Amino acid sequence: MTNNHDTLVECHSRVGGNHHDSNHGSLKSYIVGFILSILLTIVPYVLVVNHILASEPTFIAIVVLAVLQLLVQLIFFLHLSTAPAHRTTLLSFVFTVVVLFILVAGTLWIMYNMNVNMMDHS
Amino acid sequence: MSTQVLDNINGVIPASAVIPAQAGIHDHGHHDHEAEVTDKVVFGFWIYIMSDCILFASIFGAFAVLHNNTFGGPGPKELFSMPYVLVETFLLLTSSFTYGLAMLGAHKNAKTQVLFWLAITFLLGLSFICMEVNEFHKLILEGNGPQRSAFLSSFFTLVGTHGLHVTCGLIWMVLLMFQVGKHGIGAITTRKLTCLSLFWHFLDIVWIFVFTVVYLMGAV
Amino acid sequence: MFDHILGKLDLSAIPFSEPPAMIAGGGMIFGAIAVMLLVTYLGKWKWLWSEWLTSVDHKKIGIMYIIVAIVMLLRGFADAMLMRAQQAVSVGSAHGFLPPSHYDQIFTAHGVIMIFFMAMPFMVGLMNIVVPLQIGARDVAFPFLNSVSFWLFVIGVVLVMLSLIVGEFGRTGWLAYPPLSERQFSPGVGVDYYLWSLQISGIGTLLTGINFFVTILKMRCPGMTLMRMPIFTWTALCTNILIIIAFPILTVTLGMLALDRYLDFHFFSNSFGGNQMLYVNLIWAWGHPEVYILVLPAFGIFSEVVSTYCQKRLFGYATMVYATACITVLSFIVWLHHFFTMGAGANVNAFFGIATMIISVPTGVKIFNWLFTMYRGRVHFSAPMYWTLGFIVTFSIGGMTGVLLAVPGADFLLHNSLFLIAHFHNVIIGGVVFGYIAGFTYWFPKATGFKLNEFLGKSSFWCWLVGFYVAFIPLYILGFMGATRRLSHYDASTGWHPYFVIAGVGALIIAAGIGFMVLQIGVSILKRKQNMDTTGDPWNGRTLEWDTASPPPFYNFAFIPHVHSVEPHWDHKQAQLHAAEHPENIEPKRPYEPIHMPKNTGVGVMIGIFGFFLGFALIWDIWWLVIASGVAIFISVAYRSFDYDIDYYVTVEEIEKIENEISSRVKA
Repeated sequence: MTNNHDTLVECHSRVGGNHHDSNHGSLKSYIVGFILSILLTIVPYVLVVNHILASEPTFIAIVVLAVLQLLVQLIFFLHLSTAPAHRTTLLSFVFTVVVLFILVAGTLWIMYNMNVNMMDHS
Repeated sequence: MSTQVLDNINGVIPASAVIPAQAGIHDHGHHDHEAEVTDKVVFGFWIYIMSDCILFASIFGAFAVLHNNTFGGPGPKELFSMPYVLVETFLLLTSSFTYGLAMLGAHKNAKTQVLFWLAITFLLGLSFICMEVNEFHKLILEGNGPQRSAFLSSFFTLVGTHGLHVTCGLIWMVLLMFQVGKHGIGAITTRKLTCLSLFWHFLDIVWIFVFTVVYLMGAV
Repeated sequence: MFDHILGKLDLSAIPFSEPPAMIAGGGMIFGAIAVMLLVTYLGKWKWLWSEWLTSVDHKKIGIMYIIVAIVMLLRGFADAMLMRAQQAVSVGSAHGFLPPSHYDQIFTAHGVIMIFFMAMPFMVGLMNIVVPLQIGARDVAFPFLNSVSFWLFVIGVVLVMLSLIVGEFGRTGWLAYPPLSERQFSPGVGVDYYLWSLQISGIGTLLTGINFFVTILKMRCPGMTLMRMPIFTWTALCTNILIIIAFPILTVTLGMLALDRYLDFHFFSNSFGGNQMLYVNLIWAWGHPEVYILVLPAFGIFSEVVSTYCQKRLFGYATMVYATACITVLSFIVWLHHFFTMGAGANVNAFFGIATMIISVPTGVKIFNWLFTMYRGRVHFSAPMYWTLGFIVTFSIGGMTGVLLAVPGADFLLHNSLFLIAHFHNVIIGGVVFGYIAGFTYWFPKATGFKLNEFLGKSSFWCWLVGFYVAFIPLYILGFMGATRRLSHYDASTGWHPYFVIAGVGALIIAAGIGFMVLQIGVSILKRKQNMDTTGDPWNGRTLEWDTASPPPFYNFAFIPHVHSVEPHWDHKQAQLHAAEHPENIEPKRPYEPIHMPKNTGVGVMIGIFGFFLGFALIWDIWWLVIASGVAIFISVAYRSFDYDIDYYVTVEEIEKIENEISSRVKA
């Protein structure tokens, strides 16, 4: 039929096997994800608004916390995993992130240099 | 750790379908076909989301380059109210959670649960949009609209593009609620709900970065 | 009230005072009317609507893309001829026949049309026809979206062509750099035509990228692992990855320019904090992957053609795949080489210069693989092979001039000179155009059922090849002599004049090449009965598309094939020869099963029509029409979403009828 034949079979047996407890597990994953996300929102907020750390450590902290919340939501809300059936999906995501990083970092590097050399500083 | 959404990405076959050992010879029942279609559609939608990531990344890049170009005008510290943004963030985050509850209902074929949680998600999302429109309105009335400086142009574009996406999601949600009401929970409606769920969670993820890069970094 | 009902549009938009535009526009309208009268005379409107315009069949959509691409080739080339003619005569006290404001629109339109409305659709058309057949699928993953993509593209074409006689086109060059493209310096509608035609067709392209990416990954027939896919499908996969990643950047950048123009934003304005260098950076972050989007499928075509016409398996299949993948990844880290001179400094320039040189290595690997495939093969010198050999020589030269330009120090002298223009035409004509024409010739019988005239094809090739060198070698020399691009007039003391005249002659030779192409198509259609491809395999091919009839039935395969190697059709033929010698081993024929197919739909056409009005209204500030068309598009999409009756099963009786008819055609 299609290349997904094996995948469908896996899914079938997986659903058949886990059907009983997957609902429970799902509700749990959404709740855990929700609570973690709330925490990962409040912590950087408090750090910034109360000026707990100096500028640079604050910057780093909020970026790290944002990336952590990204991972939390990817795993608990979007159910991204390393299971073989999901490999193409995960691979597309990793590739996109790599290119995204190149584009944004490249733009920042280029534009920083352009601004230093070419913009009027008077 | 639930694999529900990704099960849908790869196609869940109802227990009633029989899968013989040899591909190509078995009965192409309509169930097999719908599972195949779901697999393609949900994967395709995920790829669209990837392209949307690049779209937002480009706008973030522009914002990062232009965020100091206030042209003598006000910057983030003068313009943004942190508590206000925190409320917006919780509204959107909660709506992401309630959409998850709607999806759980879909997997149980519980139409009422789905419609209920979709309605809650819609209200939360609508509140988020109203707060955002209000924020924009206030800024524009003060003379701090996007025409004021490159910083404000990029702010309005970044936050506005996200808001437009959310608005499209809300309209889509209403249309889907009608379809679920009419057709109930089946292969096709579940597939559509799955796509919207990817979209909705993705928008919350983008908001994490808007919150961090625009508002939090602006206040540091 | 009547003043605002048509926004900025009024009769002054029609360029009555400009003969070239009126002639061109008049010719275009005349051509359109002639076609419509012909269709009416033949009584074919219903057929056209139900069989072609509303089709979701990838083969038909592909053919429509290529038809439009060839028409746009004529328009884009007309622009080229005008430029060559102007530059050949506009020297010293003579100022030619094109004032600068016209010349600027012509070179802008030439670039936009050739890249977006000739090369891209040609490539998308070939992918459409070939890829599903090569992977043993019945259609693409999302046939309806395929139709929408096509119609969004058509809107772009219509808007660009309309700018000839209603308003004007941009005068900014094909990438519309600010501040020239901002309202302040381009107050007319020209840049708006540019923006909306590209934004709308760009969405179509992005949808195509997603469509084919999913198709190739999810719809390959059983046994076809990734490393058993034909090389053209591999290059199509990589091209679609590039499309998915790159086109959103274009959308954002053009969108920001539109916001600057329409709503007075300050992304790229001269003051208020705008930064024009940001535009250049972003647009080329899209622009570089774009040229690889164009050339990778051409490389794929050459792999197919070389293997088939040398009767030999492609040399180094795995390295071809890795080389394509390398090019795909590397194409994201070279984009700054388009603006070395903008001022990023030595460190940044060095990084991107080195990366640019590295990216030429995998391409070199491919060239060696093609050469090694030809070595000890039995080369059949048919037209596609001519194009291939022409490509290998021409593209290599173009690539080398690219490596020269990759040295930032050299680029500081050659940036925006005619050397640059010669370089990119060298690789685009030698690589992209030669490749697409080779693919067009190669797959024409598969799509239509009859072959193209060989003699006229070869004549076209020789004119293109000779014409290219006669037209562009002078431009390389002119570049070294200091001539910059986009000049509508120059001084006699420069000594450039003779070279421009030679280049003009070259353009005429290419014109003959295009003339031969058009003649070839016409003659082949008239003489199609003598050139029928009855077997489905006119070139003794090796991949799955040759396993079907020419043209294939609308469902492609009665039975989804199972493959066991990278050359399934070749294997199949060997197996058939074997079976003929051992008839006792032939398996009994399997019974047909109903085939699931999508229904045709007019929603794509409607989105196209409303999209056209949306674009037109945005260009002319007709705000009520913007809202009305936006609502109409939304309703069309919602209507489609609520329509659950979008597919059907082809009955066994119908399949039997079609397959029997095919068998009798083959036997005849």
